[in-house]
Amino acid sequence: MNETSAWVILIAAIFTNNILLSNFLGMCSFLACSKQIPTALGLGAAVIFVMTGTVALNYWIYHSLLVPLEIEHLQFIVFIAVIAAFVQFVEMFIERFSPPLYYALGIFLPLITVNCAILGASLFMVIRKYTFAQSMGFGFGAGVGWALAIVLIAGLQRKMLYSNVPWPFRGVAITMIITGVMAMAFMGFAGMVTIQ
Amino acid sequence: MVYLWAILVFVGVLAGLSLLLTLAERLLLNYGICAIDVNGGEKTFDVEGGQTLLTALTGAEIFIPSACGGRGSCGFCKVTVLSGGGRILPTETSYVTRKEARAGVRLACQVKVREDMEVRIPEELLNVKMFAATVASTVSLTYDMKEIRMALSEPAEISQRPGQYVQIQAPSPEGAVFRAYSIASPTYDDRAVELVVRLIPGGVASTYLHGVAEGEAMLFTGPYGEFRLNEEPDTEIICVGGGAGMAPMKNIIYSIYDRWPERSCWLFFGCRTTKDIFYLDEFRALAAKHPSFHVVYALSDPLEPDEPWDGETGFIHLSVDKCLDPGVKRQAFLCGPPPMIDAVIRVLEAKGLREQDIFYDKF
Repeated sequence: MNETSAWVILIAAIFTNNILLSNFLGMCSFLACSKQIPTALGLGAAVIFVMTGTVALNYWIYHSLLVPLEIEHLQFIVFIAVIAAFVQFVEMFIERFSPPLYYALGIFLPLITVNCAILGASLFMVIRKYTFAQSMGFGFGAGVGWALAIVLIAGLQRKMLYSNVPWPFRGVAITMIITGVMAMAFMGFAGMVTIQ
Repeated sequence: MVYLWAILVFVGVLAGLSLLLTLAERLLLNYGICAIDVNGGEKTFDVEGGQTLLTALTGAEIFIPSACGGRGSCGFCKVTVLSGGGRILPTETSYVTRKEARAGVRLACQVKVREDMEVRIPEELLNVKMFAATVASTVSLTYDMKEIRMALSEPAEISQRPGQYVQIQAPSPEGAVFRAYSIASPTYDDRAVELVVRLIPGGVASTYLHGVAEGEAMLFTGPYGEFRLNEEPDTEIICVGGGAGMAPMKNIIYSIYDRWPERSCWLFFGCRTTKDIFYLDEFRALAAKHPSFHVVYALSDPLEPDEPWDGETGFIHLSVDKCLDPGVKRQAFLCGPPPMIDAVIRVLEAKGLREQDIFYDKF
């Protein structure tokens, strides 16, 4: 059993083990929606919310259904189904009870159903044998880390509007390059805490 | 045993999730009956909440134009929502300008009816009807063009202006969709509607229309379109079309010569090769009857060796430039691919036409 405190895991998931910058998960929506800061913030908030929620749900399903019946190999397909249903449910829920939030997140929620970072967080939870509290810390931290990365990249992209990027590198290419540079910058946090 | 458990658990999880979602949809997305008020009390009706405004209006027989079928990708279904529509959605901002947004303009296909609403719709659209018709004839004009004539059954007559269009209902795997087609039959031919349809590979409506047989029943709504023909007989009319852009031209020209037999009018039609030519004989016969009507067809691709052709060659805007004298009072109507329209607009403006006298439909 892993003894690390949930708070340490939270901090580590944001900085040292950022799911986007160290695992390069969730790249598709990251590349598509990192042009403007408000869009990035909206998508980031949706990812934080869905990641925390699905990690909690999947923890419960994994440990009270799949493990006792010894059918852990079903985890992929079950996790995906849970994520898809959760996103649908959340969309309906906030559409009903919080129209402003729905208008802010509305179009991003369906987008992240297919975000591999969401599934990745649930799978890491299994691989790293987290307890429930640790899973929550990890789910929330990974979401915050992903949101932080996309907002930072959106800020950089905005600055780059005025810089003279050589034309073969324009668009996705330069986004990949600055993501790589930022990943290296985040390696500076590496000695702070480690989780595995 | 483990296989049985695996199957049972997986099916159970999926069934549980679907049940939860169905329940949630029942309980959460039930908005009850909402009242919709059109144009300050002119028409009021109750609809089931939760559907889009476009569907609700269509259900109340108010037909808002929508070329994309409600996916928010054409921007035709603009209506003004005075109350009850919520905030403008990110999916609408690319079609609604800031000025329009301040006035409450929304895309009807994106707005959901969640509460009582007040909307404003242009008077003209309230006259749009749903027509039931049967296919009277289909004629292959070229290898990819078909003329389809629909005889109206209910209502039996249509009152349309040249340049207007109808929306044909076509079946698709995702349910019925509506696609816009210009009316090719002239105004006085009020018991039928003719279309000129180019077959687009993979196109839902064009494939359907190329496949209809005589006697088949069809549904469409219309007429739509803001274009108004200049009513002064001394204003020359310039029609420039390419491809399926022939349809509105045919309507305009035949309507003009029915009303003003002496009025001056030019038709420029751009094709690639002689295989793309249609209606040329009909228009030449019309030009023989009305000397003030001029027909110019131009082929943009080089002719085959010893292919007979007595018309123009080169792009159509060059023919427009060559044939028209500057400084005549004119109104122009262009219909065709965007690069052609842009080139023709430049030529026409150089000939002294004002921007507000040039109407166009790019597709």
